[in-house]
Amino acid sequence: MDELKAPSIDYAAVAPILILFGAACLGVLVEAFVPRRARHAVQLSLALLGTVAGLVVVVTQASTRATTAAGALAIDGPAVFLQGAILVLALVSLLLMGERKLEAGGAFVPQAAITVGSDADVRQAARAPGLTEVYPIALFAIAGMLLFVAANDLLTMFIALEVFSLPLYLLCALARRRRLLSQEAALKYFLLGSYASAFFLFGVALIYGFVGAVDFGSIHAAAAESDRDPLLLYAGLAMLSIGLLFKTAAVPFHVWTPDVYQGAPTPITAFMAACTKVAAFGALLRVLYVGFNGLSWDFTPILGVIAVLTMIIGAVLAVTQTDIKRLLAYSSIANAGYLLVGVLASGEAGLASTMFYLVAYGFTVLGAFAVVMLVRDADGEAGHLSRWAGLGRRSPLIAGLFTFILLAFAGIPLTSGFISKFAVFGAAIEGGQTWLVIAGVISSIVLAFPYLRVVVMMWLSDPSEATPTVSVPGVFTTVALTIGVAMTLLLGVAPSLLLDLTSGAAEFVQ
Amino acid sequence: MSSFPYLSVLTVAPLVGALVVAFLPRSRPELAKWLTLAWSLGILALTVALWVAFEAGGERLQLRESYPWIPGWGANFTFAVDGIALVMLMLIAVLVPIVILAAWHEADASGRSVPVYFALLLALESTMIGVFAAADVFLFYVFFEVMLVPMYFLIGSYGGAKRQYAAVKFFLYSLVGGLFMLAAVVGLWVAGGKTFDWAALTQIDMSTGTERWLFLGFFLAFAIKAPFFPFHTWLPDAGGVAPAGAGALLVGILDKVGTFGILRYCLPLFPDASRYFAPLALVLGVIGIIYAALLAVGQNDLKRLVSYTSIAHFGFIGVGIFAFTTQAGTGAVLYMVNHGLATGLLFLVVGMLVARRGSALITDFGGAGKYVPILAGVLFFAGLASLAMPGTAPFVSEFLVLVGTFTVNKPIAIIATLGIVLAAAYVLWMVQRTVQGTPNPALAEVEGMRRDITLREKVVVAPLIAMIIVFGFYPKPITDVINPAVQATMQDVGATDPAPTAITEAAK
Repeated sequence: MDELKAPSIDYAAVAPILILFGAACLGVLVEAFVPRRARHAVQLSLALLGTVAGLVVVVTQASTRATTAAGALAIDGPAVFLQGAILVLALVSLLLMGERKLEAGGAFVPQAAITVGSDADVRQAARAPGLTEVYPIALFAIAGMLLFVAANDLLTMFIALEVFSLPLYLLCALARRRRLLSQEAALKYFLLGSYASAFFLFGVALIYGFVGAVDFGSIHAAAAESDRDPLLLYAGLAMLSIGLLFKTAAVPFHVWTPDVYQGAPTPITAFMAACTKVAAFGALLRVLYVGFNGLSWDFTPILGVIAVLTMIIGAVLAVTQTDIKRLLAYSSIANAGYLLVGVLASGEAGLASTMFYLVAYGFTVLGAFAVVMLVRDADGEAGHLSRWAGLGRRSPLIAGLFTFILLAFAGIPLTSGFISKFAVFGAAIEGGQTWLVIAGVISSIVLAFPYLRVVVMMWLSDPSEATPTVSVPGVFTTVALTIGVAMTLLLGVAPSLLLDLTSGAAEFVQ
Repeated sequence: MSSFPYLSVLTVAPLVGALVVAFLPRSRPELAKWLTLAWSLGILALTVALWVAFEAGGERLQLRESYPWIPGWGANFTFAVDGIALVMLMLIAVLVPIVILAAWHEADASGRSVPVYFALLLALESTMIGVFAAADVFLFYVFFEVMLVPMYFLIGSYGGAKRQYAAVKFFLYSLVGGLFMLAAVVGLWVAGGKTFDWAALTQIDMSTGTERWLFLGFFLAFAIKAPFFPFHTWLPDAGGVAPAGAGALLVGILDKVGTFGILRYCLPLFPDASRYFAPLALVLGVIGIIYAALLAVGQNDLKRLVSYTSIAHFGFIGVGIFAFTTQAGTGAVLYMVNHGLATGLLFLVVGMLVARRGSALITDFGGAGKYVPILAGVLFFAGLASLAMPGTAPFVSEFLVLVGTFTVNKPIAIIATLGIVLAAAYVLWMVQRTVQGTPNPALAEVEGMRRDITLREKVVVAPLIAMIIVFGFYPKPITDVINPAVQATMQDVGATDPAPTAITEAAK
């Protein structure tokens, strides 16, 4: 029997992933050994430090274009860019998670296992500081995402998928307020997510049956050369896509999104809306552009229909929402549709525009959820839209910032939302997918209405008794909101900064 | 040619003013008002300097400035004006101070921030100047869309009853057109090899199908903006509830972005498609003239009535543009200016009456001339200008449009002429029911009706009346500037004039 040889690993290239995993493990130890009082500060600093360190290493790896770990990981332009994007967005999300000024003890429950509504629950809701385990859990999720966008074979991708999904299921269940809703969200996300993972895994098995390997290079070669009946390959790709489209929240795999976005603690919702999107689309890009790019004629029409459905249904259902978090959830579904348009545009332009869109949208959505965290009353966040009436009078600054964010979502120029829409539409027309652009335009019109409705609520309606006050944000939320809004403006006014970066990074290694 | 960067300064200056005014304390409304007025007068002075720097017989696009913006996409901050854009800039610069003065007390009673109202007016001026001064399609689109935002808040925050509905309708209608135009802009960009430069884009070759689709994308946006029948339904709602100042800018200038866009973008960029779709546009124009005039006759709300007259006038402008003769084209551009003056005046006077009476319904008036004789006289004059009475400026333009159209398309010209009759009907009947006839006894009870035109209001209407009369007899300063631009545009479309010399005759 041959000796098993360990593959050579380019440690510098995978250092960001290792740093994040290391920080997460360290966080577990902190939880065990650091006294309770100091834990929050230590954990938060550790998480922020780990993320910043990972980011620094990613920046130093900017020019790496290599596969490593026996071809299991590809550290190339898109991988490095998306890792950087995930880390930056995660940094902002961690700030939101670390906010403890808005609510005594933070947005997370102290002990999730206590029965909702029991005496112990009432006591803990009033006093106890929130769980500090959220930081290591979030770090595991971030590390999994970093791995996900760099995975160069389907098995690594599946492992990464699970590594970042399981912590997310858990995080969703940890809201301090409205705990039943939060637990329901987590369970829904977990069950449906497990189905999606199963689909993914089954797809991997079918593809392995056709190709005899799971790495993208072999899949690409087999798809081009094999003269066997490609049914197995198609079925495999379809199942794989279902698994990935579930994570991107594309219709018809979107049904979990509104419930989970609403139930999860808002910092986690922000984290999912920004980072999970990047990770999921990063993986989808790699699967379609590297492994299956030979089949683009076959999958583009089908995924195109999914993109159109995602845009239209997301937009139409957003119109009917009365809860701000659900509205943002449907808006995120519609945005997944626009991102799919970018993905299907194919070619370098498609890749670059999708990556730009991911970053631009991530910052904007983080800003949006930061505002949602601020608008609250005695019962926590005031989610119902009717409660936002007249907010512009009560707190013009916050309402103004949120209006700007909504205009960005609606794609009004001088915001990053416009530039990113322009980029994906331009790439799609260039790639001959004009029909997707037409659908995108129509859905944008529909989608503008719910955003406008919120603006009307805030500015044109008069405040009522029920209008909640805007809490004075702590320094973390302030920083997060500022970053979100500033980047939305900056990428709208001077998008060249990021556009150059994305087009420079828009090439996969095989 | 001067090297002073007129156009970029003109675009940015109002925005700077807006920011300054917006951050004034709410407790100092007077300061905000005077500062805004002074600022807009400064911009007027700068625009006059721009007019002087422009050489009427020179190149088509002058005073060009270009700064890189998004090099990867070929988008630049490129500003340049032709004669058409120049007169529109002048119109903006003249109207804004007048509107500011007219809107002096408008925000006082709204319960909302007064400085913000004036800041929004200045911000609107900035985007309006930008949209006419841009010579880069991307930049134009940016201004075209951003323009919605200040207007939305002006209508939505400071308007009358049903303002939310009207503001949202205005925004969504414009956005519908804007987003289809976005698709067309993207398509044009791809077809043109990734450039947004207007001059370069006029040179590209496109397949017939592409050209037609792109034309429709642009045309839809401009037709909604103008508005042409059947995309007009937002204007009466928006114009009806808009505060008089914002409303005057809405119908006086904002709507002209549509017709300007057709002249600057649709015709030169898609000449073949323009000729192909010209019959459609002519028919829409004529329907607009007749249909909107009939609706205007039936209105009981003064502001809505003025909005409908505006739609009818835009029908004339549309006919003038798509007749493809220099004469009709010049008439259309002249009409854009004169309409801004005449309808702007009408809107402002109506606003003054409405402010006094506290109602815009015609039935709430009746014999108002007995209480406010001078104001009634101004209303009568504005009405006459609006129906294109000979001796007022709109007459010249309407006449040019009709004559220029008649030489190439008799049926359209003849039907359009019917619009003049209807215009007389809606204006005279409105004047009769509002300020003439038996005095409405209710008016005697109204405090405001005892006060005739104030000094401030005289300052508001005097320059407009003067310009309407002067340009009614001597439109040459304007026609000299716009003629070369119109001729160049008609050349782009490949139209030949049956009687190219007639224009100078008529203009004199």
